[in-house]
Amino acid sequence: MTDTAFRNRVLIVLASAVLVAALVAFGDQTTLRFASRVAIYALAAVAVDIVLGYAGLVSMGHAAFFGLGAYVTGALALVGYKEALLAWPIAVLVATLAAFVIGALALRTSGVYFIMITLAFAQMFFYGANAVPGLGGADGFRLPGRSTVAGLSIDDPRIFFLLCVAILTAILLFSRRAAGAAFGSSLRAARDDEARAAASGIGAYWLRITAFTVSGAIAGLAGVLSANLTLYIAPSSTLSWHLSAEFLVMVILGMTGTLYGAVVGAALFLLLIEVVSHYTDYWAFYVGIAVIARVLLVHDGLLAKLQERLAL
Amino acid sequence: MAIAFLAEQSFNALQLGLMLFLMAVGVTLAFGTMRLINLAHGSFFMLGAYLYAWIISSTDSGLAAGIGALILLAIVAVAIERVVIRPLYLRDHLEQVLATFGLILVFNDAVMMLWGRDPLYTPLPDFLSGHVMLGDIAYPTYRLVITAVAIVIGLALWYLIARTRTGGLIRASADNRAVVQALGGNVDTLGAGVFALVALLAGIAGIMTAPLIAVTSGMGDAVLIQSLVVVIIGGLGSIMGALVGALLVAFVDVFGRTYLPLAFGNTTGFALANMSIYLLMAATLVWRPLGIFGKAR
Repeated sequence: MTDTAFRNRVLIVLASAVLVAALVAFGDQTTLRFASRVAIYALAAVAVDIVLGYAGLVSMGHAAFFGLGAYVTGALALVGYKEALLAWPIAVLVATLAAFVIGALALRTSGVYFIMITLAFAQMFFYGANAVPGLGGADGFRLPGRSTVAGLSIDDPRIFFLLCVAILTAILLFSRRAAGAAFGSSLRAARDDEARAAASGIGAYWLRITAFTVSGAIAGLAGVLSANLTLYIAPSSTLSWHLSAEFLVMVILGMTGTLYGAVVGAALFLLLIEVVSHYTDYWAFYVGIAVIARVLLVHDGLLAKLQERLAL
Repeated sequence: MAIAFLAEQSFNALQLGLMLFLMAVGVTLAFGTMRLINLAHGSFFMLGAYLYAWIISSTDSGLAAGIGALILLAIVAVAIERVVIRPLYLRDHLEQVLATFGLILVFNDAVMMLWGRDPLYTPLPDFLSGHVMLGDIAYPTYRLVITAVAIVIGLALWYLIARTRTGGLIRASADNRAVVQALGGNVDTLGAGVFALVALLAGIAGIMTAPLIAVTSGMGDAVLIQSLVVVIIGGLGSIMGALVGALLVAFVDVFGRTYLPLAFGNTTGFALANMSIYLLMAATLVWRPLGIFGKAR
């Protein structure tokens, strides 16, 4: 890493810290709510980038893990378990197990099959949630209130936002570290040339299952936070396959295979929706056109150019 | 009674299966010929239904509405192929998924901008609204007619693919697109033709389904996913797989909705019935990861 690259990295980290501090100091409730949403979706997008950017797998099923995280948190809150230290690990564990099983099945195939299978399994949870009584079916249900962390309230929007940012930062650091370690290198090697990787003793199947499972756990954690932000859970908002596609859009809006690109992409995507929906109810029409234009016209993602410029 | 009920459910399943086949064969052909994964396939199902409902409300003629809807749909399909789809043939699957997802967003909102947020309802023509006696069962005439139409279309499709020169080109470019091009086949025209053809098949399924359900934005999404399940079970790229998969999925779905609540009680039964075709898919994957008729590529 050159000196300029290092300097630029430090500057970016500082700028992000200043942004977070400014939001906490001056943000009103609406702004903080939006910022929390960005952090939560960024977390899910990071999860998707782990499998997309490093393992080269296009998952159209991450809404399942996001939704499971949200649903388990909500269901536990309904029966009185609102303590985060208890409820959140359980919710994440359920999402992790689902990711392991779906991953084990879907990874028997690759390419288009993998895309369609992850999509179909996520849809199974969507229809399942529609039919579970006591959780509102298709209408969804309202949570009695936010979780408490070790007995402390996180109802203050500033505290909740800081919690989301802290979790996102921790996951980013953990993932970057894993990506740089032998695990990440083996994963990339298996993505680029499976036969050659196998000859070097790298078994792609279990590596990919591990990556997919970890990714599912992180998406589940994002779902947990989302349930706490909105306090309302419905199949259409947490388990819809559109959500899975949106996570992918966020990743490629930033840049694949960098993890922080997913964060930038999530912010850009949600900002775009926020701005367009200010002018028209039919925001999805224009966002759809933007997505098509991004795919057809831009090759590398918006950050790639910036990255070159800053020599990161 | 029990047998009559079974027979009626079987007819319903057959009809659902053939509708799914019209959709799934499009997914399989688009992938087989052009290596394209097209999530917007369900949008053509929806668009067919909307166009039909719109024309029939002003003309009162089912025939005019059907033909008019298909002509408009073909124009839209060719335009979309030219602008959005053709640049995607040589791109990777991620880009195909995202661009066609963008198309879904556009279409789902476009129909609401054009025809409002409320669902559209289409009447059945009088001569199709009655029942036909099949032995002891009074079966809706309309459902019989669309079953017959789907069978005819299926046979025509088989003839086109298996017996004509165009079909030979389609099969050849499924095997090796570059060689077809090198031998002087126009793969661009072929791609546009196949795309329009599968869009029309989806549109026909949408038109025939329109009088049975409420026409709403997003109605194509559910059908798209079901047809993906069909293709995963049957094997991607295989027309026979699309047929067998569609019938399997339809029978499991229809009979699951009847018998699972009886077997497991309403609560578990309904949840299981909602998930049955996905469990079928999971079971198929354990047994044959590439689907029943799937071949490694």
